[in-house]
Amino acid sequence: MNTEILGSVLQVVLMVVLAYPLGRYIAKVYKGERVWTDFMAPVEKWMFRLSGINPAESMNWKKFLVALLTINVFWFFWGMFLLVAQGHLPLNPDGNPGQTPDQAFNTCISFMVNCNLQHYSGESGLTYFTQLFVIMLFQFITAATGMAALAGIFRAMAARTTSDFGNFWALLVKSCTRVLFPLALVVGFILIVEGVPMGFDGKMEVTTLEGETQMISQGPAAAIVPIKQLGTNGGGYFGVNSSHPLENPTFLTNMVECWSILVIPMAMVFALGFYLKRKKLAFTIFGVMLFAYLVGVVGAHYFEMRGSDQIARMGISQELGSMEGKEIRVGSAGTALWSQTTTVTSNGSVNGMHDSLTPMTGMLAMLNMMINCWFGGVGVGFMNYYVFIIIAVFISGLMVGRTPEFLGRKVEAREMKIAMIVALSHPFFILLFTAIASFLVAHDPELAATWLNNPSFHGLSEMLYEYTSSAANNGSGFEGLSDNTYFWNYTCGIVLIMGRYLPIVGQVAIAGLLAGKKFIPESAGTLKTDTSTFAIMTFLVIFIVAALSFFPVLTLGPIADYLSF
Amino acid sequence: MKSNLLKSLRLTLVFCVFFSVFYIFVLWVFAKVAGPNGGNAEVVLLDGKVVGGANVGQKFTKDIYFWGRPSCAGDGYDASSSCGSNKGTTNEEYLAEVESRVDTFLVKHPYLKREEVPADIVTASGSGLDPDISVASAYAQVKRVATARGLSEEKVKEIVGMTLQGPLCGMFGPAKVNVLKLNLALDENAD
Repeated sequence: MNTEILGSVLQVVLMVVLAYPLGRYIAKVYKGERVWTDFMAPVEKWMFRLSGINPAESMNWKKFLVALLTINVFWFFWGMFLLVAQGHLPLNPDGNPGQTPDQAFNTCISFMVNCNLQHYSGESGLTYFTQLFVIMLFQFITAATGMAALAGIFRAMAARTTSDFGNFWALLVKSCTRVLFPLALVVGFILIVEGVPMGFDGKMEVTTLEGETQMISQGPAAAIVPIKQLGTNGGGYFGVNSSHPLENPTFLTNMVECWSILVIPMAMVFALGFYLKRKKLAFTIFGVMLFAYLVGVVGAHYFEMRGSDQIARMGISQELGSMEGKEIRVGSAGTALWSQTTTVTSNGSVNGMHDSLTPMTGMLAMLNMMINCWFGGVGVGFMNYYVFIIIAVFISGLMVGRTPEFLGRKVEAREMKIAMIVALSHPFFILLFTAIASFLVAHDPELAATWLNNPSFHGLSEMLYEYTSSAANNGSGFEGLSDNTYFWNYTCGIVLIMGRYLPIVGQVAIAGLLAGKKFIPESAGTLKTDTSTFAIMTFLVIFIVAALSFFPVLTLGPIADYLSF
Repeated sequence: MKSNLLKSLRLTLVFCVFFSVFYIFVLWVFAKVAGPNGGNAEVVLLDGKVVGGANVGQKFTKDIYFWGRPSCAGDGYDASSSCGSNKGTTNEEYLAEVESRVDTFLVKHPYLKREEVPADIVTASGSGLDPDISVASAYAQVKRVATARGLSEEKVKEIVGMTLQGPLCGMFGPAKVNVLKLNLALDENAD
């Protein structure tokens, strides 16, 4: 069998197999049971003491949210200040200037919301200082924010009737010290051995074999790459992310990095099963997500390895598939797998240029982000799925004439309203802003020429992809779009904020409201939520609400692009 | 609110020490010890002189060398501004460009048939710094390089075979040829 396909198969198998024990471990960490990383406890104790936090203080969902939002607002000002001032700060051997306010606004929000959309190139737009004290720091702590929110929801779901969501600060710190930190270290060690740079010297000057001078950008990449993958952040150290040969030098690093994208989101689903002691529920949810993911993966492999029809017509050999924007050491299969993995989660790192994917693979990638709940970002991905479970419970409840309830709590009008607002806001923001941008482009050819790198249908795809990626907090892009302008920096910033905080607030509120209700023990009249029938029902609800809202615009973008040859 | 803000400030500073200093320090020390070049980009040497990054592609235009893939990084293989073409595969302008690359490649390699031109040698890589070419692209250039160097085709093929890197563990991922290492092997062979 083709070694490229075998490579992809191995990666998926390793994700699933290792996610299971990791999920069990994560559940134990959040429950406070004994685990092998308990040697971190004294460190955590110091962290709490230095920050004036009492980790035992219990919070209701409103207090929990206030703490979460406060620290996020604080991070915004922290990031803005450092990014604008970076030119005057230390660790800047290449003498890079500070970012402009609109660019800093976009960068800061994008990293704060765990999106990592980048309207700059890492080599020249940041300094080593901001790479470490803004970018990398945010990649750890914003990922931990999402995980902490989910841990709070786990707790609310597990208890019978409670107002206790756990302590936000404690969950935040533990997500960092017990999950993200150890995994990032291990991945970092592997990358360093394989040749990813980890130093603080400036650019390296070499004289090539043909006698020319080449300046090679380097720096502490091996510290940032592990967490950008593990925390579903995606913001690369270098401009071209993991297609850069120093960020991803071998097929082994490619496998490790791709594995790192999906392992925690997968583990979170298993963690739910262990935490609630409802393994069957976790397995059915996992099954739906894995199925949807694999459909995209198989499709992408087919279209990329088959090659581009246009190139085929030139009569040259496309044995390796469509190679525009791809790297030899990764291969077309490697990029196909990564393109789907990075979009089912909210990661957004790339190992090939998405703008140059064949139209149908580009569409599958967009569809993943439009649905935004197959595995999803660390923590928040499952929370998006949770909203659809609530909707599915309500609809199936009405269909079969039973009281809609989930895990022993009645779902009523108030939760449904919140769930619908969260579910519909996603397509609303993407479509609204894409419509505004395409209206501007259609009425001003000059603007179109400065923004877009490709004409007609593909141009629409570029704009649609940018907003979809922003709303899904993904961060990958059709990078042909010239997005470092006032318009794109600010509009994407707004979409980013809405795409992150509206869902988190809504989901925590639903969980909080449900947890406060009276517990109804399961009876013969209960709608079972861990059956395959209910799994299919959820899948259909997601498909109808999320995917079909986008069908018209997908027809005008990638599908027309595909059919127009 | 006020106490939350204060906690946020203090916790952020604590995280800075933990991640931006401690975590970085551990990896930095590890790289000094176990990294291929003490934490800097790995390099390759010719007669003790650095001639390039082991994983970073560089521009080759002379006939005595194997050529790498087209590059959109700066003026070509600019390792301080990595970049792909970001062209959609249906873009007319882009297709015309590829077409002209195919023609140029055929002019330089007149012994090849059109269907023997591998797509990777006429399409730009994602980073613009791809250090590798496909195995087919290497063999396609053998005759030109052999002629330019006055070596036999068998000898050049043998050198390609030696530099060729197979899939990981022989089973996973693509095979590749590192252009710089291949050209270096040729130069070393000439001495």
